[in-house]
Amino acid sequence: MSFSDIQFKPKPNGLKLSEPNKFKAEDLHSEEMVINLGPQHPSTHGVLRLEVLMDGEIIKEVVPHIGYLHRCFEKHAENLPYNQVIPFVDRLDYVAAMNCEHIYAMGVERMLGIADQIPKRVEYIRVLMAELNRIVSHFIAIGTYGMDIGAFTPFFWIMRDREHILRMLEWASGSRLLYNYMWIGGLFYDLPVGFEERCSEFVNYIKPKLQELEDILINNKIFVNRTANVGILPLDLAINCGVTGPILRGSGLRLDLRKVDGYSVYPELDFNIPIGEGKMGALGDCWDRTWVRMQEIYESVKIIEQCLDKLTKEHKRTRDFDPHALVPKKIRPKAQDFYIRGEGSKGELGFYFRADGKSDVPFRCKCRSCSFVNLSVLQEMAKGILIADLIAIIGTIDVVMGEVDR
Amino acid sequence: MLSFDQVFTLVKDTCTHGDVVVDENATPKNIRVPAEDLKIVCQELFQNSSTYFDMLSCITPIDNGPQVGTLEIVYNLYSIPFNFQVGLKVVLPRDNAEVDTLTDIWKTANWHEREAYDMFGIKVKGHPDLRRILLPADWEGHPLRKDYKQQEYYRSIKVDY
Repeated sequence: MSFSDIQFKPKPNGLKLSEPNKFKAEDLHSEEMVINLGPQHPSTHGVLRLEVLMDGEIIKEVVPHIGYLHRCFEKHAENLPYNQVIPFVDRLDYVAAMNCEHIYAMGVERMLGIADQIPKRVEYIRVLMAELNRIVSHFIAIGTYGMDIGAFTPFFWIMRDREHILRMLEWASGSRLLYNYMWIGGLFYDLPVGFEERCSEFVNYIKPKLQELEDILINNKIFVNRTANVGILPLDLAINCGVTGPILRGSGLRLDLRKVDGYSVYPELDFNIPIGEGKMGALGDCWDRTWVRMQEIYESVKIIEQCLDKLTKEHKRTRDFDPHALVPKKIRPKAQDFYIRGEGSKGELGFYFRADGKSDVPFRCKCRSCSFVNLSVLQEMAKGILIADLIAIIGTIDVVMGEVDR
Repeated sequence: MLSFDQVFTLVKDTCTHGDVVVDENATPKNIRVPAEDLKIVCQELFQNSSTYFDMLSCITPIDNGPQVGTLEIVYNLYSIPFNFQVGLKVVLPRDNAEVDTLTDIWKTANWHEREAYDMFGIKVKGHPDLRRILLPADWEGHPLRKDYKQQEYYRSIKVDY
């Protein structure tokens, strides 16, 4: 066998045929041109490819091409038992895996009818983990956004602080990013001894750092000038496009499913929902969205403090506490359709299940991913802006391509 | 406050092409409407000031398999001012699945319908830009159909590993 037998020989024009451009060169007007951004471009936050129709510096239309990270989540879910889908759920939004797990596990528990028997300690640990992970996700969003538009230092500060959280999560679950920590009906394991103390030390550590971050990045004059009045998303367009999460709140609507649906133990916790106010420019601009994320980190810290308080007093560790006590031996929900939604770190994360009542495998499991829907607003926002502002807008949409492509 | 019966009555009065059935076995409850009426029902639910379903949360196509021979599409709607969720369901024949687009009511529908076309081969009438979205343009077949067989080779790479 020679080397040429095993060598991969691509067909000519193969890449163009697999993902053709929407705009053909011969159909363009004389002033127009098509510019291709991505899929390998640092500021598109993953494998996102944008086909941009330009007239000079002005964008006429943006066509996102996605699917480069498609890993067949829904097909896998149709072939695996409910509990074995959880590792795949982790890999949807890989920077906020705990949030995804929480919503998925909650959905299956409600289908089984055991949702109200879950011990309070389990629920508080879940919320604690989810909020820690929400901070990580917002850190990434703010840090990489700063780097996109030229602020390099905050990114390193954020990565340093993120590492503290990741180490705590690793201590609890055994892995840094993809945890498989929340099981259907319980948890993989109780919190390790000493976790609460270390977590409250971390809370004390992070508070001044957050203030520092807000001073150096969010309220920085250069940052404000770059982001205020850029990429304005009006509220009616945002709702019509199905946008949720910090982007929708940045446009001024106080909609947070943690409050609206009141799932898990969120009704027992005290936190606010920050919304954009148009402080530095128009309502719903890039600065507002970043500011909302920053304020949400403060709220998450508040929730973590309350959870730690409950976990060390009312629902403290006991010898006979078993996080596996309610984990069903056989996960077979009755035949039904079920749509569960919850507030992931980027918006409304939903799962539509159909169970046939005869097998342990979901008949259909559709994931309504927040980044997928949020990214579709880019086509509307990018009409008639400068190409430099396009990069500034992509950063505030905060897409994670693992979740867009599933 | 908005109740399910109110929504159901409104949907029933709007439909002209057949029966409207409630699917109690779903959470939130689904209303099955004839496929011809889907668009006017959605238009009514979106515009009527007593319902005002301003957000389309999710579109879920479901394949019931070749034995049953039907495809279903579930539209999960959410009304932000009334904080109310409802599902609309249409049932389509499996071999000729066609449905009207909802893109001119909710812009969210654009990508969801492209995904339905990509994964299930559902033709969406009146869609402005019906291309494959997640898979490559020259992929064969629609993978989430229950009888899908993957192609042997894609660009001289073996698909089945």
